[in-house]
Amino acid sequence: MSASKSAVAPSATRPTSKIASRRQRWGYVYVAPFAAVFAVFLVLPLGYALWMSLHNKGIATAGRSVFAGADNYVKAFTDPVFLEGLWRVLRFVLVMVPVQIVVALVAALLLDTLATRLSRATRLLIFVPYAIPAVIGALMWGFLYSPRFGPAQDVFGLVGLAAPNFLSSANIFGSLVNIVTWQWVGYYMIIIYAALRSIDPSVYEAAVLDGADGRQIALRIKVPMISSSMVMIVVFALIGTLQFFTEPQVLRSSAQGAIPSDYTPNMYAFATAFNYSQFNYASTLAFALGFLVFVGSYVFLFLTRKQSGLK
Amino acid sequence: MRTSARRRGVAAAAAVAVSAIGLTACSGGGGSAEEATCTNEIKQPDAAQVTVWAWYPSFESVVDNFNETHTNLQVCWTNAGQGADEYNKFQTAIEAGTGAPDVIMLEAEVLPTFTILESLVDLSEYGAAELEGDYTPGSWSDVSNGDAVYAIPVDGGPMGMLYRADIFEEYGVEVPTTWDEFATAAQDLRDAGFEGHITDFPTNGNALNYALFAQNGWEPFQYDAAKPTEVGITVDSPEAEEVLSYWKGLIDDDLVATEDAFTTDYNAALVDGTYAVYLAAAWGPGYLQGLSEADADAEWRAAPLPQWDPENPVQVNWGGSTFAVTTQSEQPEAAATVAKELFDTDEAWRLGVEEAALWPQWKPMLESDWFTGLEAPFFGGQKINEEVFLDAANGYEGFSFSPFQVYAYDQQTQALYDMVQNGTDAATALGTVQDGLVQYATEQGFTVSE
Repeated sequence: MSASKSAVAPSATRPTSKIASRRQRWGYVYVAPFAAVFAVFLVLPLGYALWMSLHNKGIATAGRSVFAGADNYVKAFTDPVFLEGLWRVLRFVLVMVPVQIVVALVAALLLDTLATRLSRATRLLIFVPYAIPAVIGALMWGFLYSPRFGPAQDVFGLVGLAAPNFLSSANIFGSLVNIVTWQWVGYYMIIIYAALRSIDPSVYEAAVLDGADGRQIALRIKVPMISSSMVMIVVFALIGTLQFFTEPQVLRSSAQGAIPSDYTPNMYAFATAFNYSQFNYASTLAFALGFLVFVGSYVFLFLTRKQSGLK
Repeated sequence: MRTSARRRGVAAAAAVAVSAIGLTACSGGGGSAEEATCTNEIKQPDAAQVTVWAWYPSFESVVDNFNETHTNLQVCWTNAGQGADEYNKFQTAIEAGTGAPDVIMLEAEVLPTFTILESLVDLSEYGAAELEGDYTPGSWSDVSNGDAVYAIPVDGGPMGMLYRADIFEEYGVEVPTTWDEFATAAQDLRDAGFEGHITDFPTNGNALNYALFAQNGWEPFQYDAAKPTEVGITVDSPEAEEVLSYWKGLIDDDLVATEDAFTTDYNAALVDGTYAVYLAAAWGPGYLQGLSEADADAEWRAAPLPQWDPENPVQVNWGGSTFAVTTQSEQPEAAATVAKELFDTDEAWRLGVEEAALWPQWKPMLESDWFTGLEAPFFGGQKINEEVFLDAANGYEGFSFSPFQVYAYDQQTQALYDMVQNGTDAATALGTVQDGLVQYATEQGFTVSE
């Protein structure tokens, strides 16, 4: 990405220069490896998936692929299973994104204010879960949630209570929110923290001279000044949550009743393709989801164009 | 300026060359049988190689046995994952049109799922039909369709009841032989102070639940691979409702647990005395022995599966696998030979029985004195094969699965979970599955009869 920028930019300003055009040629060579990988592993598969989503092949009519036009899309957007999955990830968005952002922001603001050795250790500790692969993290939480092997029974037993079953259908939502928050807060915190460090400290000095206290500095100065970073992490969280897959898919092995194979749209697409051998409809589901994610992120970026500096 | 531009050019060329090397390195791998990497060692490098996907425990010794006894044919074995993991890869290979092995291990229940995709070779062209007499009738029925033979049976799962003799003795309860007695025993154990449950009825039991229904004469699917666009769906039958209501009653009285099967919690509960009974297939004893945290005082014994009508006992099967030849194979004849001969010697089967705890469908081993006379130390020296599972294996008559079995299982798991969690009744649960499957099959282009 950066190679393409540096190579193309000069040529735009001096289109007739001989050196520049030679440079431009080299620029293309630089870009070529990326472009090749991009085309082979992203553009081509996307095109193929789009083609598949417009065709149909029932199990009973195996081998015969017929053009279906928008039929699959009509089916997807009226498919109660898909819509229910969408509604479920929307609820995850409404709960999970604010929780993650608030926790990450508070942690970053605290760590930015403190400069002790303890704060450095804390920063690392909050970040560590992000370094653990999502699958491993989910497996680990699966054991922690286990009614028999998990610590919950002992912890609740101390105060004479029975532990809730974290893997029941009533509690699985909260259990998943917890895993994702645990995993991603550190990452978002680091982004916010980095943005906070890049603020010129003289701004704070001026604020203190004007009589601002710590809370006011945090909320009135720091937060507005890092709003573009905030917008970025919300977009990350939004897209990640709409594509929710790994954690429920892994936990499903220990809670098949509470997490059906169509729990989220991505899981539904996965099961449709690989368990039910309907690759065409699965492509449609994937594209429909991709479209909604695109629209969702676009709307969000449009609404926050002032904060993100896009305008 | 010029020199620096040239130097930059050289650097760029070098960078491109390096990434090109990286790309070609990535594009290695894959390829046909000759260059495939095998998990096992090839004994005859010049012989033709047949690729095999299978996940049997200790399968390497069986493969080695084959390769040592065959000079012109060698098996190149890969473990592509267990059950669903392997099927996912196979589905992808079918859709891609390339990448499948020559021979693949498939559970009998998914054979229709793959025959309808025209991805399995009819082995009757390669002399498989002549082998019918070597296998139990039930297992042969599961792999054949009319004159067509889509796989060679390997192992099976005739069902029996494994129970904790020490628990039944401690609470003074008789070991049940009918389902009526089973319900009474469940209550008696509870009344006598047993804190666990007599057994577990997992909502995700899939094939286990199917077997329990089938014991009462349930035939949910009518499917003939010769007429692939027609399917009969009769999930919602009085026979199934009777069985499911029975279990629902025990669950409502908290006499039977409803823990998900095949989780670490479930595995622990099987062996730590939480359940007095493990309704099991013939591979169950091997499964039990592999579990940790076992109760040291446990005294396991095996008994025949309880019956609905003791006058007319019905035997059922849970699980079991086969070897099929894929239509992507470029050497179907050699592949068919491998499918037929991997497990057709006493030597191979001794390895299968002793090291992998497989239940043979191959009659010469099944009926051998050595096999029938095996004493199981885990069961206090009981001859569990002879006393329990042989009758079950010989009595099993086969079962017709649907060409969309994974979907059918997922639907059933959902409906049973709803029944257990939200208190719907057995008829509603079965009705939901029935309606869902009929709609699904219709969408997939089947002509559905109910």
